[in-house]
Amino acid sequence: MEILNYTAVELAGKIKAKEVTVREAVEAVFARIEEQEKEYHCYVTLDKENALKQAEAVQAKVDAGELTGPLAGVPVAIKDNMCTEGMLTTCSSKILGNFIPTFSAEAVRNLEKAGVVILGKTNMDEFAMGSTTETSAYGVTKNPWNTEHVPGGSSGGSAAAVAGNECFFALGSDTGGSIRQPAGFCGVVGMKPTYGTVSRYGLIAYGSSLDQIGPLCKDVTDCAAILEAISTHDTKDSTSVKRQDTDFMSALIDDVKGMRIGIPRNYLGEGLDPEVRDAVLGAAEVLKEKGAVVEEFDFSLVEYAIPAYYTIAAAEASSNLERFDGIKYGYRTEEFEGLHQMYKKTRSEGFGPEVKRRIMLGSFVLSSGYYDAYYLKALKVKALIKKAFDEAFAKYDVILGPVAPTTAPKLGESLSDPIRMYLGDIYTISVNLAGLPGICLPCGKDSKGLPIGLQLIGDCFQEKKLIQTAYTYEQARGRFGSAKQTAESGVR
Amino acid sequence: MGKQYETVIGLEVHVELATKTKIFCGCSTAFGAAPNAHTCPVCTGMPGSLPVLNKQVVEYAVAVGLATDCDITRVCKFDRKNYFYPDNPQNYQISQLYLPICRNGHVDIKTADGTKSVGIHEIHMEEDAGKLIHDEWEDCSLVDYNRSGVPLIEIVSEPDMRSADEVIAYLEKLRLIIQYLGASDCKLQEGSMRADVNLSVREVGAEKFGTRTEMKNLNSFRAIARAIEGERARQIELLESGQEVIQETRRWDDTKECSYAMRSKEDAQDYRYFPDPDLVPVHINEEWIEQIKAAQPEFRDEKMARYKAEYELPDYDIDILTESKHMADIFEQTVAICGQPKKVSNWLMVETMRLLKEQEMEPEDIRFAPENLAKLIALVEAKEINGTVAKEVFEKIFDENIDPEKYVEENGLKTVNDEGALRKTVEEVIAANPQSVEDYQNGKEKAIGFLVGQTMKAMKGKADPGMVNQLLRELL
Amino acid sequence: MANIISDETIEYVGILAKLELSDKEKEQAKKDMGSMLDYIDKLGELDTEGVEPMSHVFPVENVFREDVVTNGDEREAVLGNAPAKKDGMFAVPRTFEG
Ligand SMILES: [Mg+2]
Ligand SMILES: [Zn+2]
Repeated sequence: MEILNYTAVELAGKIKAKEVTVREAVEAVFARIEEQEKEYHCYVTLDKENALKQAEAVQAKVDAGELTGPLAGVPVAIKDNMCTEGMLTTCSSKILGNFIPTFSAEAVRNLEKAGVVILGKTNMDEFAMGSTTETSAYGVTKNPWNTEHVPGGSSGGSAAAVAGNECFFALGSDTGGSIRQPAGFCGVVGMKPTYGTVSRYGLIAYGSSLDQIGPLCKDVTDCAAILEAISTHDTKDSTSVKRQDTDFMSALIDDVKGMRIGIPRNYLGEGLDPEVRDAVLGAAEVLKEKGAVVEEFDFSLVEYAIPAYYTIAAAEASSNLERFDGIKYGYRTEEFEGLHQMYKKTRSEGFGPEVKRRIMLGSFVLSSGYYDAYYLKALKVKALIKKAFDEAFAKYDVILGPVAPTTAPKLGESLSDPIRMYLGDIYTISVNLAGLPGICLPCGKDSKGLPIGLQLIGDCFQEKKLIQTAYTYEQARGRFGSAKQTAESGVR
Repeated sequence: MGKQYETVIGLEVHVELATKTKIFCGCSTAFGAAPNAHTCPVCTGMPGSLPVLNKQVVEYAVAVGLATDCDITRVCKFDRKNYFYPDNPQNYQISQLYLPICRNGHVDIKTADGTKSVGIHEIHMEEDAGKLIHDEWEDCSLVDYNRSGVPLIEIVSEPDMRSADEVIAYLEKLRLIIQYLGASDCKLQEGSMRADVNLSVREVGAEKFGTRTEMKNLNSFRAIARAIEGERARQIELLESGQEVIQETRRWDDTKECSYAMRSKEDAQDYRYFPDPDLVPVHINEEWIEQIKAAQPEFRDEKMARYKAEYELPDYDIDILTESKHMADIFEQTVAICGQPKKVSNWLMVETMRLLKEQEMEPEDIRFAPENLAKLIALVEAKEINGTVAKEVFEKIFDENIDPEKYVEENGLKTVNDEGALRKTVEEVIAANPQSVEDYQNGKEKAIGFLVGQTMKAMKGKADPGMVNQLLRELL
Repeated sequence: MANIISDETIEYVGILAKLELSDKEKEQAKKDMGSMLDYIDKLGELDTEGVEPMSHVFPVENVFREDVVTNGDEREAVLGNAPAKKDGMFAVPRTFEG
């Protein structure tokens, strides 16, 4: 089998068995990148030289028996909003166009300890604000399944890189669906862990109370292995949670007998593409056949999640992005008169329109006289949404539904109508508000051949239930394949 | 007759806490480092960095709250105060607005009219800003983030003060409490204690407060007193001429003795406070409060009572000695070595206070070791040196913390106790001053003083005056 | 549109957010913000009487550092990305006190 068709865990196994060298794996990926990156544009930054150097170091440790984990030697991509020491980190924004961090994000360091090789940094919506990867200052990323379509966002570069075999897995970040939705659009597995499971140290903040780092990868086994590697308690992140149950690979069990699965009726109504609906319900049927107890239930408040989310995320973003001012790092405008003009010109030239839109909204909802009506109200609605989930999880182990109302839209279709774009996040956003884990995995293709994503949501700290359910479904479904099929790959 | 006005003053006092590290990162708070040497990604607002709260900051804040009779907020949170300025690296300051750590306290101050209670509205924790230096040569300013993230508590009083005297009494009292706690050294000049003055005037008898202004950049008690006078006069003049006082922030220029408004179109003063999502709530339970209480040092009132009982010192001495925690510490440490509380007290109250005043220093600036004062007292006790020499040596101790034993030895300052040598000098003095001898013998007691002086002079001060006196009487 | 955003409001938000918009951008921003606020106004339909605003989802509290110096001199690194620097400090347009 061609190297690129291995999953991350399979590749690490071959490396350990000395059937493949780390260098071979890195070179195979770069060969693929050179072939198609011009078209897909998954990356903002690539560093082959450094990757080859890392490959040698990792190989030596594997040979010495120092690195034995399930990800040792695997070439990976990192979303460009995670700091990488010595490697350009732009958040796909002009304002960080020359920013070279002096430290690496904790999640990145954890992967390095696991022996991965970092290839480069993936494209994203600027500061993770967007659902299509079209708001990047460095050009759009295309969906490897059909390059007329978006890969989703904001972790679109990461999802497309996995789908297009330009890496073995990638890290993404999810503030309102930014891992799960692009995973769905690109036919890969993506997971947003429970808030606090993966350290946010070194993740350039968008909405701090919502942001979580998670994997985008080829299958559920990889997902469990990656999550296990990046989930650590970090004393540098006050919101990091001390967990004992991060042995996620132990949940790779092909069994859902007695698992209670609820499908929110409200997730299946108006606005949902019938093809998506059929595929998702088909997946539910598979799980039912495997012994799960599946039923529909009423889950209200869905429509309030989006306005609450945009209020909170914009407010936090307006504050988080204040530090980009042309003083300590990043872009500074060339000509200005005085301090305040320097601030204004730097920021106006450095940020793109979507970022400015959200910063302005966020500044407004926090401003004197509006705080209670907007921001505080949104925090109260957040409390109601959390309560609704608590009630649902008293009855169900897992909530099942679509990840997005449609498959990947065409390039250029979404940006013209922001609110419509925001509506696309309807199934993913409430998960962030409540801090819950969610996984997305492919469950079919539509008539255009575009992947359809199935979303499973768990109660907080119940990633294992999600992994077990997703794994069971995946075993029944068979191998989904990658966007560019090769002779040897196919249904497992 | 002109209207009578009353000044209404409230204070916002910022105090830099005496922690070893900053409030949200492990950078040192020490003074004197090269610019930006005490910085890291957190306190320079690097992308991706996150704050983690220094526990000691909470404990100091609670300690100050308890000492000022505040209610301690059991679950308190941090909020972000958003405004752009280069000394503020994140362009938001992490502070507390909605749930400050302490509320509803008071301190009692003594004024000419008796005692008065000044209410404390709240105490909150926050981070300090960096320092801006104006470049003389180029048209730019330079930012040093060494102070960025140094922990502060801001103590917000009620508008309970009516004069500069009351304000200064309040500040002195706060300073004393905080110094006794060891929570800060509270030096106005060095900026570890800073006061912003909120001031309004109203006609005597009026119910409603007038419009207030906030005055910043006051770095001495004198500047505070002058700024209060100046602002009171400015506001009265405005009102008298039919104008209105505008609510604004003003900056005091102590050299020009006037203030000016700090407003600009770009300062909206709309701080968009909201809970900081990067920090979790601080839950202060009863047990923790008890621990902090138990660790509290002896306060001034307790110390005063103990000094009276233990050392039997006069109230006047006790008052001066305990006015500064540092002074009291030196007193106690010296007494612990050499006993003699009254003698130690005298050295501190008289010579030390004189030298402090002469050199425009605060008791906090005293640098000599108690051992050296103890040694000096022992030298005097043993009559190894006389009073005049002792004063001279003490100045050396005060300025350079010298070891008095060594110093006296090296400079040959020991009193001459050799009776033979002394007798010889006395005989010479008698021979050289027949008039005084005659006066004395004619019953003029005073004349002996002159002869003692002459002998001391001849001995270059190194004689025991009692012994000289005795010898003179014997020989005459 | 129920929420009409005035020129003054956009100007004011520009001061708060330190953004300078062209006239064209301003018109677009007025429209966008108006429609977003209309949309957010939907939250008003929900009765939230007596609901505690939730800023943190989990009851994590009392996360502290001990008061121990852990950082050395990182000056070089801290200044490494500065657009302008002088004498070990960040250079900024002249700030006038006041
Ligand atoms: Mg303050
Ligand atoms: Zn620091």
